Amino acid sequence: MSIVVLILSAAIVNNFVLTYFVGICPFIGVSKKIDSALSMGIAVTFVMTITAIVTWIINRFILIQFGLPFLEYVSYIVVIASLVQFVEMFIKKTSPALYRTLGIFLPLITTNCAILFVALLHTMRGYGFIESVVFGIGAGVGFTLAIVIMAGIREQLETADIPRPFQGAAITLIVAGILALAFMGFSGLLSA
Amino acid sequence: MAARSISYEFTKGLLRNNPVFVQVLGMCPVLAVSTSVVNGLGMGLATSFVLVSAALIASVIKPIVPSEVRIPVYAVVIATFVTIADLVLRAFFPPLSASLGPYVPLIVVNCVIMGRIEAFATRNRPIAAVSDALGMGAGFTAALMVLGAVREVLGSGAFFGIELFGEGFTPLLVMILPAGAFLTLGVLMAVFNAAKEGSHMVLIKAESKAEA
Repeated sequence: MSIVVLILSAAIVNNFVLTYFVGICPFIGVSKKIDSALSMGIAVTFVMTITAIVTWIINRFILIQFGLPFLEYVSYIVVIASLVQFVEMFIKKTSPALYRTLGIFLPLITTNCAILFVALLHTMRGYGFIESVVFGIGAGVGFTLAIVIMAGIREQLETADIPRPFQGAAITLIVAGILALAFMGFSGLLSA
Repeated sequence: MAARSISYEFTKGLLRNNPVFVQVLGMCPVLAVSTSVVNGLGMGLATSFVLVSAALIASVIKPIVPSEVRIPVYAVVIATFVTIADLVLRAFFPPLSASLGPYVPLIVVNCVIMGRIEAFATRNRPIAAVSDALGMGAGFTAALMVLGAVREVLGSGAFFGIELFGEGFTPLLVMILPAGAFLTLGVLMAVFNAAKEGSHMVLIKAESKAEA
């Protein structure tokens, strides 16, 4: 599979949020303002890419090498949890400005299922190293795209007159449904 | 926290504090695997198993876990039970395992589980922790099955895989596509809110009558 097709597929055609339903918690929780949605998207993309790299190495050189595939979930979740912690400390040390923007979102990323999903999917599909990295980046870009669009719509919804029972999570889910319908239009882009 | 009865801890997860409709937690599996009732039931039971086992262990080991590293420790406990659930599904229910796919391992990061451990299991005795987990698991399973039933009936014209309408029925394809999952859950959640508001009104009326 060519790199371009892989990015397009991960970011748009098979958008993580709108077709695989992963990363829904931050997608609903952190999509009230465009600024914070964008910060969240960048933080997720960053962690996703590093996760793809590290879990690929672990899977190839430890789990497969020594025949321990049943440790996949346990080792991946430990890697992600410590990675997020490490990234948080690193950013805090090197770039206080960036830390202030991303700060509160970083710990939330550990329980973002989209991160684990990237690791599971590249293992399941048997991607090579380059493919896994590209897949991680593409998935992150797709997540950012979806959450920023959502935040844009929700900023408009603030002033809309929504019936009482639909306020809050309900209307957000329905908007996400319409967004998913729109994204289905892209499915013709790739044949496979 | 005042000790409440075991049955209270169990029933609060079913409706009042339903993890899906009220707390809006664990959305990924709810949306992804609710294309049919059977998938919903399988996912609900697998999640409940992990939730109950992890809540019990977390409640028991709590005194020896330093609070700085508790989240990674609980994550490892959860991941262990998810691995067990995954292997059991693969060995005994291969078709179900295939249709749930990568969403079984994703139970590891289901926020309902970590949420209940953090908010309840580690602050209560094992018996209360288990009954809370059972109630939350049952509420989660029920929500998945309701969503699965609506989507299966409208999207494939069947219930538990049994054809309902015969030849003349055209399935609403959108219901089993991703968009249908969002739309159905959104509408169900609004119905749930409206019903809750309605029952509140009845209660308030009854109270004001009693006072008068």
